[in-house]
Amino acid sequence: MRVRGLASPYLAWMSIFIILPLCAVVYYAFTDSVTGEFTLRNIVSIGNYWPILIKSIWLALVSSLICLILGYPVALAIARAKQSRQRFLILLVMLPMSMSFLLRTIAWVSLLEDTGIINNILGKFGISPLPLIRNNGAVVLGMVYNYLPYMILPVYTVLSHIDPSLIEAAKDLGCNRTQVFLKVILPLSVSGIISGVSMVFVPAVSTFYISKKLGGSGTTMIGDVIESQFKTAYNPNLGAAISLVLMVMVFICIGLMERFSGSEEREALM
Amino acid sequence: MAKELIRLEDCVVRFDDEVILDSVNLKINDGEFLTLLGPSGCGKTTTLRIIGGFLEPTSGNVYFDGVRINHIPSHKRKINTIFQRYALFPHLNVFDNIAFGLRVAKVKEDEIDERVAEMLKLVSLRGFEERKITALSGGQQQRVAIARALINKPKVLLLDEPLGALDMRLRKDMQNELKRIQKQLGITFIYVTHDQEEALAMSDTVVVMDKGVIQQIGTPQDVYNEPKNAFVADFIGESNILDGVMLSDKLVLMFGRKFKCVDKGFAANEPVDVVIRPEDVDIVPADSRHLCGTVTGVTFKGLHYDIIVDFYGFKWLIQTTDYHEVGSYIGIDIHPEEIHIMKKSAYSGMFGDYSSYSEEYDEINDPSIVYGEDPGEEEYYES
Ligand SMILES: Nc1ncnc2c1ncn2[C@@H]1O[C@H](COP(=O)(O)OP(=O)(O)OP(=O)(O)O)[C@@H](O)[C@H]1O
Ligand SMILES: [Mg+2]
Repeated sequence: MRVRGLASPYLAWMSIFIILPLCAVVYYAFTDSVTGEFTLRNIVSIGNYWPILIKSIWLALVSSLICLILGYPVALAIARAKQSRQRFLILLVMLPMSMSFLLRTIAWVSLLEDTGIINNILGKFGISPLPLIRNNGAVVLGMVYNYLPYMILPVYTVLSHIDPSLIEAAKDLGCNRTQVFLKVILPLSVSGIISGVSMVFVPAVSTFYISKKLGGSGTTMIGDVIESQFKTAYNPNLGAAISLVLMVMVFICIGLMERFSGSEEREALM
Repeated sequence: MAKELIRLEDCVVRFDDEVILDSVNLKINDGEFLTLLGPSGCGKTTTLRIIGGFLEPTSGNVYFDGVRINHIPSHKRKINTIFQRYALFPHLNVFDNIAFGLRVAKVKEDEIDERVAEMLKLVSLRGFEERKITALSGGQQQRVAIARALINKPKVLLLDEPLGALDMRLRKDMQNELKRIQKQLGITFIYVTHDQEEALAMSDTVVVMDKGVIQQIGTPQDVYNEPKNAFVADFIGESNILDGVMLSDKLVLMFGRKFKCVDKGFAANEPVDVVIRPEDVDIVPADSRHLCGTVTGVTFKGLHYDIIVDFYGFKWLIQTTDYHEVGSYIGIDIHPEEIHIMKKSAYSGMFGDYSSYSEEYDEINDPSIVYGEDPGEEEYYES
């Protein structure tokens, strides 16, 4: 009983700032923007945005994959460093997170612009400006840069909890370094990979600022559409409807990944 | 003559300036059952890790079949290990854990099936193939670990307290089973335990260690009957360790009395430690021709009584099949062969006095407790 009592502030917080807004989203999604009556029109008209939605998911997936490829070795290296060194390295990984997300994105703009720092330097060598910005690549770059720590941290946590004697046991049974990795370390870190991918994918799929700054007209993402419904198109009902659909899809994705990761890996962590 | 297989030469291990192993020299013959015996923290696991290839000694050499292997990684050594805390793979079930080594070695699946089944039978875990490791008891996990190592038919098997989690009965069964496997397959066993009974019962050679130093290497009979110092005498079995003075060859002075013994080669009047095993003392009626004392404690132990007898303030443990009441005055007789003389060592005076026996009783029976640190009450007989 006492435990429940202690949890009550949290429950109150949850209901005010999570449940209530969710209810609002659902309410708006199913009402007409002018009359306020129940309607399915918002949901139906999402059909117009399918290509953007698919593209957002695609870019978010690509970003997650790149984050995984870049982040896993980093996490592994940190987990293998000396105990005293590990905390410092993790601090380094988290350091960019302490800076504003907006600032970091704008910094990339000034690096990549046609008149930006990189093209300036290239110009000094007589190379004409490269199209570094306003394309899919730049958006993916921005997302990878911003969300990489969200991949490294969960993977590192799982890796650092693997019992070193398991690695010794694998070596004892004849595994070389590659085999140790493939047969023991990788399977035991699946849960970290799953949570890393979800933690990158979820914010990446709904991001709006990065694509606005680094993307071009063809790289509008679903987050931008939602934002514009609220800010410029004045159709919050449609915005709410898209948000709702996106949310449902994200939940389905996470649910599927959890399914595939199975319960074994989670037990393996104990 | 047995062929030497593994040799440790002046191996020293240091962690942050702390000496964990101090110039360990050890020869292990092919097909030998060698046991490292010593209290917790004495460096048994560390010694195994050197042999297994998980730890390079700070200095010194490791040889396998005459070849120096200091830098050979563990996966290239023909050695398998049963780890102290099993180290089973949690993402694999029982079958896949046991099959792990064979799969790495790319053995055919039908042969794997066959050999795993054989192993499961050996460790009495048939029907557990699909079980998750996390759903096994400690003893079952331990048996999976044994099977996982044995299935590879290694030349050398390192066993780090492989029976620690088993109950008495299963432990005895597995002791016999391991011993049988060792004989049958001719595998060299390097076995770690802090249970002296297990060490004596199973080994060809016992290596007694304390504080990173090898105290004695010998057959079970040697280390029991001819302990090198007070530590070994106390750690292996029960011992009364007394101060004595060697008067001449085969004559020792204790409690102001001369006792005949069979040891020689000491300097005249050299102070020595004298070991008398509790079961080697004969009780006789008290008279002036014998050392006499008062019984101060009796405990029934099933096969015999443990009695504590006070001789001039020094308390002995004596095992006898006859009951002697507390307070009775008895004499003792010791055959010369039952008196074992040891040179004085750093351990002299630290062990072998049963003054606080009753309080220590439970600890003595618990092999997991280190009582090396406790110097006990020192009571000397003034001669
Ligand atoms: N990685 C390490 N760093 C520092 N000290 C260590 C390390 N590994 C072991 N030691 C120390 O070395 C000593 C010997 O350890 P070891 O594990 O060999 O003991 P053991 O004889 O196997 O004991 P037990 O019976 O409890 O298993 C201990 O004092 C331990 O604290
Ligand atoms: Mg140990």
